[in-house]
Amino acid sequence: MADHNNAHNSHGGERHEHGSLKSYIIGYIISIVLTIIPLVVVLNDMMGRTATIAVIMVTATLQFLVQLIFFMHVRDGEQPRWNLITLIFGVLILLTVVVGSIWIMGNNSIGMKM
Amino acid sequence: MAQSPAHGSDHHDHHAAGHHDPQDLKLLGFWIFLVTDVIMFATLFATFIVLRGGTDGNVTGAELLEMNGIIISTFLLLTSSFTSGVAVLAMHQNKIKQMIIWLVITGLLGAGFLYLEVNEFLHLIHEGATLQTSAYWSAFFTLVGTHGVHVTVGLFWMIAIIIQIVRRGLTDDTKGKVTVFSLYWHFLDAVWIFLLSIVYLMEVM
Repeated sequence: MADHNNAHNSHGGERHEHGSLKSYIIGYIISIVLTIIPLVVVLNDMMGRTATIAVIMVTATLQFLVQLIFFMHVRDGEQPRWNLITLIFGVLILLTVVVGSIWIMGNNSIGMKM
Repeated sequence: MAQSPAHGSDHHDHHAAGHHDPQDLKLLGFWIFLVTDVIMFATLFATFIVLRGGTDGNVTGAELLEMNGIIISTFLLLTSSFTSGVAVLAMHQNKIKQMIIWLVITGLLGAGFLYLEVNEFLHLIHEGATLQTSAYWSAFFTLVGTHGVHVTVGLFWMIAIIIQIVRRGLTDDTKGKVTVFSLYWHFLDAVWIFLLSIVYLMEVM
């Protein structure tokens, strides 16, 4: 049993799956910066409509990646990375549902008058 | 298999356990749950985006949404995501007291977030924007409310985990639960980023 625990611990150490305080602090600081950028842009009306939407979506996506990498440790773990594969599948469905809805309903709105 | 007295199979079991750690499997199972949750939020986001023009001549979000409270809640949730990660770090160093303190801080930040959200909803209802007002507000309350329900469930879940750890101490089992909880909490913060971006920032810009 002791052997098993040791093996497990050293194994876990190799994988760096627990992260470190440093990586959490870096992730936290990047997240704060990525939150402040769109807030400043929106609240001060600094850019045009399209540019503002682009800034909001890019900073949100980057922050999502920061959460995944620095906090949720999606890069770690044994091969094959089933969690990553599952996540990619989920994002695929997410994009299909969201982009597909916008596309189809955008066309439907002709004659719907909302 | 596990009940077989044969030495050969005993060795086999141990070998298999090394490759399929039950905690790893639970973690993967939880990832799969989170992905199904992503799909549910995807449908709610799609609904909101499609219906965001449907205010039926009633008050719009741009008129009513107040960013000050939202900015504070964003930083509360972001910080709580960070502190739940620090709790997991303390757990891996077997510092049970520190871990519980960080979890309690996480919970307080989450409770602060919920308090602001309930206040916001009450303010909106007071101003005449309810679930029944228009397609826009139906989609708004369903999307934001579903996230709020997740945070509420997370808070009670965390309290239950703390109680269990105080009673049983840090075992492989309770450690797995804290890990899974922190994953859930980070996920809620990730969902909130998109709520802030799509529901709030794009509405008031």
